[in-house]
Amino acid sequence: MTTTHPDPASPATGPVLALDEVSIRLGGRQILDRVAFALAAGEFTGLIGSNGAGKTTLLRIVMGLRSPDAGTVRVGGKPLARRARQVGYVPQKIQIEPDAPLRARDLVALGLDGERLGPRLPSRTRNRQVDEMLEAVDAARFADERVGTLSGGEQQRVLIAHALIGRPRLLLMDEPLANLDLRSGQEIVELTSRVAKEQGVAVLLSAHDINPLLPVMDKVVYLAGGRAACGTTEQVVRSDVLSELYRHPVSVLRVDGRILVVAGSTVTADVLPPRSEPSVAAAVGRGVRA
Amino acid sequence: MSGVLNSIFEPGFFSSGPVHAALLTGAVVAAVSGAVGVFTVLRSQSFAGHSLSDLGTLGGSGAFLLGVGPLWGFITAGVVVGGAMDLAGSQRRNSRDVATGIVLGAVLGLSALLLYFDTTSSSTTGVTVTVLFGSLFAVSGFTVPATLAFAGLGLSALALCYRPLLLSSVSSDLAAARGIRVRLLGLVFMIVMGVTVALSSLIVGTILSPALLIGPAATALRLTRRPLAAMGLAAALGAGATWLGILLAYDSYHWPPIGDGWPVSSFVVALIFLAYLLSALRKPERRTETVYSENTVHAVSGAV
Repeated sequence: MTTTHPDPASPATGPVLALDEVSIRLGGRQILDRVAFALAAGEFTGLIGSNGAGKTTLLRIVMGLRSPDAGTVRVGGKPLARRARQVGYVPQKIQIEPDAPLRARDLVALGLDGERLGPRLPSRTRNRQVDEMLEAVDAARFADERVGTLSGGEQQRVLIAHALIGRPRLLLMDEPLANLDLRSGQEIVELTSRVAKEQGVAVLLSAHDINPLLPVMDKVVYLAGGRAACGTTEQVVRSDVLSELYRHPVSVLRVDGRILVVAGSTVTADVLPPRSEPSVAAAVGRGVRA
Repeated sequence: MSGVLNSIFEPGFFSSGPVHAALLTGAVVAAVSGAVGVFTVLRSQSFAGHSLSDLGTLGGSGAFLLGVGPLWGFITAGVVVGGAMDLAGSQRRNSRDVATGIVLGAVLGLSALLLYFDTTSSSTTGVTVTVLFGSLFAVSGFTVPATLAFAGLGLSALALCYRPLLLSSVSSDLAAARGIRVRLLGLVFMIVMGVTVALSSLIVGTILSPALLIGPAATALRLTRRPLAAMGLAAALGAGATWLGILLAYDSYHWPPIGDGWPVSSFVVALIFLAYLLSALRKPERRTETVYSENTVHAVSGAV
């Protein structure tokens, strides 16, 4: 993977993120079972799985907010520890009142130094950095609006700017498409992909639907039944791989460039009229929403 | 000319010791309250702020029974109750409100009992009025430097935690992702709020101190979009209302019924409310666009 990252300290030699045999049990349920994968700089990876598949838990482990029961997580070759600066995070949504006195540019500036104590001195350099970052995510036109009055898609842009302004090596995004309409979602995906390539940042973006990510995704991490399959879409999103992952017969259908993952066998769903086997329409609801 | 001035600033206003103490402590406390109040509103903790001041009644009334100054009762109640409320309620806003509500009911019942004992033991209702409605002109002696010290402490804590507090108010996940200890920060803020509310209880009483916390902040939010400017504006509004309130209360000795001044706290709270109403007259700010078509957006913002 070629990168345009300006920082020479991020060589293509090691992965930006490496999970090895990561397992965690929560509330008596095995959420993640020996999950292993690695991401390289500048790679856009979709973290795909249905609700409850463990996507958020996995992201929280990578952020260091949760410790796995077993296994190791390395970011930039370093183990889970103080590395907040290396990981940028975009939450699914934020809770902020429309009248809260916080402009988009204020939230982006907090991406530079939000964890520091004490008052902040005015800085031209910082203001310029904030302006450039807002420009990079097409958010300059609402830079001075209150964050609480922005639309979901606009807030996502500001949050991406907040996450990227500290020049992290890894960007984690928790279901950014869940609260957006189709068009805004597509814009966010394209924007993230473009900015991440420009900055040489590895992106791990969780979603329950793989299709909006297909145009930009370099790699997919597919979560099901606590286990993960990792590779290119062609390598992973196949009937045999996913059947093994789900421990249940699953068919992958490609229709008009879209991918449908359904329970049942392809022959039944694809060619023959539905018999007693589940039909495509009925099966979609039982499989991964696609 | 001097006649007009004299009718505004009654003779003796600038030479009176109690007035000096009131102007100083009142302004400082109101300013800190306003600044803290901006975060109270930002963090949607107005209910906790209200409860903290109501619960200060327990401290104030207990202090009189023990024979110590009300400030110490208010401070103790504010810190203990604030800490307990934060530890009892989880980060979820709903259960936090329920926990606050339950503690509130129990402690207010106890306060009613203590106020009853205060009244029966002193044979006057003076204590009740002082605790519930404040006694700014009675702030004197060691209480003045003590109040200023606590106010300085609260303001320093706020300045120290400014950025992490701001970020965690937007999203606790976002703050945690940057290594901020969100729970600890929440506890620190509750204690700062407890101290602030205790100080303003001294000035306007436990019933009216939420007005000093929330009122100037709510007005400031309408007038500015910047977090620091909002804090400065809220502080200035609080201090201004307090000064004007003191002046009016001093003048009111010559209003009917002659010889009995009107209470400061009523003036201060009325002025804060007036400022809030006036701020509503300002044309509400509108986004320049509500349409999300890229072309429309550029067309609209280009036209502006």
